[in-house]
This record gives sequence, C-alpha cells and structure tokens, in this order.
Amino acid sequence: MLDNVVDLSRLQFAVTALYHFLFVPLTIGMVWLLVIMESVWVMTGKQVYQDMTRFWGKLFGINFALGVTTGITMEFQFGTNWAYYSHYVGDIFGAPLAIEGLMAFFLESTMIGLFFFGWNRMSRKQHLLATILMAIGTNLSALWILIANGWMQNPVGAEFSYQTMRMEMTDFAALLLNPDAQAKFVHTVSAGYVTGAMFVLSISSWYLLRGRNVEFARKSFRIAAAFGFASVCSVIVLGDESGYTVGEAQQTKMAAIEAMWHTEPAPAAFNLLAWPNETRMENDWQVSIPWVMGLIGTRSISKQIPGIHEIMAQNRLRIRSGMLAVTALETLRRDRNDKAALSVLNTHKKDLGFGLLLKKYTADVAQATPEMIDAAVRDTIPRVAPMFWSFRLMVGMGMSMLLLFGWAFWASLKGNFQHRPRLLKLALYCLPLPWLSCELGWIVAEYGRQPWTIYGVLPTRLSVSTLSVESLYGSLAGFVAFYTVLLVVEMMLMLRFARQGPGSLGTGRYDNETAH
Amino acid sequence: MLDYASLKVIWWLLVGVLLLGFAIMDGHDMGVGTLLPFVGHNDTERRVVINTVGPHWDGNQVWFITGGGAIFAASPLVYATAFSGFYWAMLLVLWALFFRPVGFDYRSKIDNATWRSVWHWGLFIGGTVPPLIFGVAFGNLLQGVPFHFDSNLVSTYEGSFWGLLNPFALLCGVVSSAMITFHGGVYLAHRTEGVIQQRAQHWVMLMGLLVLAGFSLAGLWLALGIDGYVISSTVRPEALPDPLAKTVSRVAGAWLGNYQRWPLTMLLPLTAYLGFVAAMLLLRAGHSFAAFWASGLGLAGVIGTAGISMFPFIMPSSSNPASSLTVWDSVSSQLTLQLMLVATLIFMPLIILYTRWAYRVMRGKVTAAYVRENNHSAY
Repeated sequence: MLDNVVDLSRLQFAVTALYHFLFVPLTIGMVWLLVIMESVWVMTGKQVYQDMTRFWGKLFGINFALGVTTGITMEFQFGTNWAYYSHYVGDIFGAPLAIEGLMAFFLESTMIGLFFFGWNRMSRKQHLLATILMAIGTNLSALWILIANGWMQNPVGAEFSYQTMRMEMTDFAALLLNPDAQAKFVHTVSAGYVTGAMFVLSISSWYLLRGRNVEFARKSFRIAAAFGFASVCSVIVLGDESGYTVGEAQQTKMAAIEAMWHTEPAPAAFNLLAWPNETRMENDWQVSIPWVMGLIGTRSISKQIPGIHEIMAQNRLRIRSGMLAVTALETLRRDRNDKAALSVLNTHKKDLGFGLLLKKYTADVAQATPEMIDAAVRDTIPRVAPMFWSFRLMVGMGMSMLLLFGWAFWASLKGNFQHRPRLLKLALYCLPLPWLSCELGWIVAEYGRQPWTIYGVLPTRLSVSTLSVESLYGSLAGFVAFYTVLLVVEMMLMLRFARQGPGSLGTGRYDNETAH
Repeated sequence: MLDYASLKVIWWLLVGVLLLGFAIMDGHDMGVGTLLPFVGHNDTERRVVINTVGPHWDGNQVWFITGGGAIFAASPLVYATAFSGFYWAMLLVLWALFFRPVGFDYRSKIDNATWRSVWHWGLFIGGTVPPLIFGVAFGNLLQGVPFHFDSNLVSTYEGSFWGLLNPFALLCGVVSSAMITFHGGVYLAHRTEGVIQQRAQHWVMLMGLLVLAGFSLAGLWLALGIDGYVISSTVRPEALPDPLAKTVSRVAGAWLGNYQRWPLTMLLPLTAYLGFVAAMLLLRAGHSFAAFWASGLGLAGVIGTAGISMFPFIMPSSSNPASSLTVWDSVSSQLTLQLMLVATLIFMPLIILYTRWAYRVMRGKVTAAYVRENNHSAY
C-alpha cells in the first residue's frame, strides 16, 4: 500500500505515460507507411494503393484518437502533479514542449483533418502533400519531446540561479544538440517505425492465411516487410548509440543495466545472464562474455567502465560537497548579499542536487549523520534487477523482430510469401512484440534515471506538488477507470475494422462490404 | 536584444493572444459540442453538425495545448501553481477533453443508436465543461486564490475544490460558457443551412443576451463588491523574478485602477459589447462569416477586460498577498523569453497560413447529402 505523495505521483505518471506510449509508436510508424502507400498511388495511379492508404489510415485514425486523448494528460501532469519540478526546470524544460506545439503538433493535427476529409476536395498531389506534412509534424513532435526528455537524462546548457531558486537556460544549442537527445530520438522513432510495420505485416498475414483480399494484403505485406527490416536495423544500431551516450552521461544507468557491481579491468565483460542480489550488492551467479561490454560502452579496449561500488564512492564525495552547497544556498535565501555563502555555493554548485538527496532524511542537511549519508549514497543506484531484466527482454525482442523482418523481407523479395503459412503465422503471433519492447525501453530509460527527475540536479522526491494522498488516490482511480474503458472501446473498434478489412471502405472492390 | 521588462510585457500579451486563439478556434468547436444535442434532432442532423468541425477540431485543440505549453515555458511558476492548486478543476477539464477525440472519431464508426447517443453526449461534455471551468478559474483569479510559497518557492494551495465554486466565480463560468456557445452557434449558422441553421441562430440570440447581461453584471460586481490587489512596495519590472520580494495590499476598487491610469483600455470592455452585438446583427442580416469575426472580437474584449483589470497581477494570493504572482516576478529567464518569442514569431504566421488552407479546402455548407455521400469516411 503506497502512503505517500511521491510514490503515488510516480505511479500515476508511470501508468499514464506507459499507457500513452501504447499509441504513440504506432502513430509515428504508420504515418510513413501511409506516405509510402499514397506516393505509390500518386506515381502509378493504381487504385489498390489508394485503398491501402485509406484502409490503413482508418486503423491509424482509431489509434491516433487515443494518442491525442492520452497525450493531453502528459502535458497537464507536469503542472498538476510535479509543480516543483515545473518551477525548478520550467525555464529549460518548458521551451521544447512549447516549441513542439508551435512547430509540430499544430502541423500534424491540422493535416490529419485534411488527410481524412480532403480526399475529394484536393488534387492527388495536394493530398499527398498534406499526408507528408502530417508525417513530418508527427516526427518533429517526437523530436521535441525527446529533446526535453534527453535533457532530463543529461542536463546540459543550464545553470542554477540562487536568486530565482531554479535552473535557467544558458545555452539553447547545447539543449538541442544534446547527444542523449539525438540518439534517443532516432532510436525511439525507429522503434515506432517497427511498430507500424509489424502492425501492417501481422494483419496482412492474417488476411493471407485466410485467403482474403490477397492482392491488397500482398502489397501491404511487401511494403511493411521492407520498411520494417530497415527500421529494425536502425533501432538496434541507434540503441547501441544510446548505449554509448548513456555510458558517458549516465554511468549509473549503464552499471545497473549490466549488473556490474565492480569496476573490471578494461575491456569489461558483458553479463549475458545474472542474478543480481540487492542486499549483498553482488550477483549470486552470472554468465559473462569477455570484452563485449567494454567495446559497446566505451568503443575502446582500454577505457574502464565504472562499477556500482565505484560510482557509489564517487557519489559519496559529491553528496558531502553537495551538503555545503545546500547549506550555503539556505544562507543565501535568507540573505542575498552574503558573499561568503555565495562563494561556497559557486564552488560546490555542481553537487547541489546530490546535497538535496539528503532532504529525504533530514530537513537540516548541514546536520546529516553518517548513516543518513550512507542511505543517500545507496539511493543513487536504481534497483538493479528490474533494469537488468527489462533491458535484456527489450533487446531479446528486438533481435527476434530482426529475424522475423529479415525472413519476411527475404520472402517478399522472392515473392512466394503467401504460400508460407509458417512465416505468416509467426508474423501474426509476433504482433505484441514491438509494444512490449517499447514499454520496456521506457522503463529502462525512466526507471533507470531514479532517484532523479533531472539527473544529478533535482531528486524525484522534491519534484512533486503539495497535494494530499487522498487527492492522488482519487485521480489515480479516475485515470485507471477512464483508461480501462477507453482501451476496451479502442480494441473493440480496432478488431472490428481489422477483421472486416478494406471492405469497410465501401468501395465495392473487397470482401465483407458494408451495406450502404 | 529586448530588455527584460519589455519581454515580460510582450509575453503577457502573447499568452493573451494564445488564449484568444484558443477561444476563437477551439472555442467554436467546443460551442458546437455544447449545441449538438439541441440543434441536431436526429442522427443525420447531428452528423451534419459534427462534420462542420470534423476536419478542424484536432488542429484547433492545439491552441489549447500550445497555450498550456507557452505558459509552462514563459511563466513556469504560474503553470505550476495554477495547475497544482486547481488540481480537481484541472482534472475535470482533462477528463472532459477525453471525450472529444474519441467522440469525434469513434461515434459514426458503428451504426447503433445507443453507441452514437453516448458519444454525442460525450461531445457535449467535452465542449461544455472546459469553457465553464476556465470561466470559474478566471472568476477565482479575480478574487485572489488562497496559496503561499515557502522560501524555496514550494507552493501550497490552502483552499478546496468546492471553495472555487463561489457565486462570483460561477457567474464568470456562465459568461465564459455562454460566449463560447454563442461563438459556436455563429460558426454553425455559417456552415449549415435550413433547419439546423435556424436553430443555431435561435441559440445565438439567446446566448448573446445571456453574455451581455452576465458580462455587465460581473463588471458591476467587480467594481463594487470585489477588492483588487496593488503592489505596495517599489515595482521593479526589470528585476530577476522573485515573487517573495514585494509586498501587496488589497484595496477596494483596485481592479478599476488601470482604466483610470490608461483610459484607452476602456475600449476593451466596449469591444466586448460591440463585438457581440455586431455579431448578432450581422448574423440576422445573413452575413454569417463577418458575424464569426465580430464574435471573435467580442471574445477578445472579454479576455482583454479580465487581463487588463488585473494587470500586472496574474494570480493574486488571497491568503498571503505577498506570494501573488505578477507579470514581473513569475516569468522565465530573459534568454528563454527571447528564444520563445523568436519561435512564436516564426511559427505563428505559418500556423495561420496552413490553418487557412485547411478551412479553404473544406469550405462550404455541410449538408445531409454530404454526410450520405461520405457515409464511410465522414464523422
């Protein structure tokens, strides 16, 4: 039973973010598939490609509605539930969110109206232009959100100001070009492309297994197989790239993902499987492959990767330094002209966040006991087992999808795939994989950032709003109720239209036509 | 490089412009949602009504989302304090908004009377609750809201949800709701014909009278019965934002101070009257397009009146007036304000251009024949 506002706020954020992220990847991927299908229609004039655009577009629309619905929650929640966070970093974090609205979301949302309603009112090329702009808007939207998120992982281009009691932007370019954000963006949108491709591939396979709408399904399958194969390669390469940047900016996350308790001589071994024991702070057992971790994490054979114990030793020093920063800041908040305190704060500013970790144990950080410091040091490491397993499951699913798309792509080049029921059945059953791995990826990225909302700057505990536990239970119950009903409704419509197939367009060219 | 004080005022104006954009654009489809059960008496009529905004509601809603994002970026303390303080009110807005995307997109996908009626009431809720609550919120801002900051600027809201529902705030809620419904009705009259158009016009006249009466009453109440707030220490517009660095006192009639200081601002309430009256007259004369923009002018008058009455206050605190948030002490850093101004100046004209394109493509009356011909693709 959770009894405090911090844990309940985290739970509510996790529930609503994971739920929102059920719809986002499919939107991001499907828009490009729609662009491809419609482009082929405009270029060849073959009717089936327009029907494909419209039918898959219909399913896209059902998904998109919930993406929009649940996306508004995310924007509201920073203010409603994370008020101190919003104040403390809004100067930096708010900007990409606002620019996302101005540059991307307006474009996407305006064009989606033309995509659905503009078919008979625009020339083919104009309509294609609207579809392309919709796709660009969607992807730019992801870019700005991940710039914001990348800054939470690796807070560059900002400085704390004691006068305004918050972080302030010093370098917008650094925020934009944050290597964490760039790698995350490509990794995340590629995962969306895989999700879109898997969706089309699985449903097309189902039509082929039943021998329905064969020409329509064959063409859809081919596009999905090629697009999915390219995308899954990109996910894996860029996942490796974000592994590398994580290595630089967030060694803690890396150490937890790998259950690397101790620094090993370079190049470190990769724990393929292990049983992390949180209390002993060791692995009960492990199966390791020599060298691999050092190569992935540092791209060298000589650089060391710090283990958990060494990171904790460093963090202990930073917490001690942070205590001085917090104490100096408190003096300055009482007297803005205290030169001595200002000089102490400036010396220890980069550790201010570490000092704030002690707020969990005492209001008077200057008087923290050695036991409190020990506890705070231990807090700087996220729990290892969830990280270790989430990451391995995610990668395992990614590799499985690489094999599936490789096979599907090969078969679609040879053109005999509709007579390969094993491939088609596999493609059908793999449908949930991209969703599962996307959710696990979110857990690795966000759970792995704990105990921080902004890594090294602002502890999660201090980020919340001043609310009552009752309010949190009430809102959480409301979200769960609404989201459950919405999911049931969405799945029902999705299944209904997927089953009915392109006949739902009412063109007279497919089976299962609805009566006019 | 603009100086900090000017940037602060520019952003106060820009947030006002975004709120106005929200009221004009998202407002008209919310108003259509409110009118939906009353002007559409059978399924075909309701589909006609829904399809007047079908291609546009999603883009329009981004005015709301961008407005929220802009407040976050330009004034994080206002965003944080208002959203967390008005916790349940905000959740009600959010949950009401849930009904819109699904209501629009899912309603006509299944041909079943119960299903469709659930979603058209959903669209009614999604169109009616947010403007009502925003009006109530403004009504509370005008009276001051019970909150305070500690020395680390952690805000604590001391009131309850039920405390928000006081008589003056409810009156503001009625004004807000009526003006948005009015605006939606004008739009509906512009995009439909025959019986739906007549019913829409009928509602416009009714709502118009309600807005004019409610706005006048709220104005009198504000002038005579509600204390305003003034900064009693030296005002330093160029200073680094620190809401605890000032002292504030409550003064009767203070909300009228700006009209005496800058008499031209009296044009704002006047614009509200002129806009709505002109919209009614133009609509009666058959100029529905001009009526729509006259109605927009009326909205600008009401929002401008609320804003200028409180200036420089944004969120006065009734329980600890020194914690009040003003234009001078609740904003982002100079760099962020400047950067966001550049982004707005680049993208706002583009947004207006392609929004105009989308409306041009979809122009003309929505009719029962249109819905029939597009049975599988229309909402």
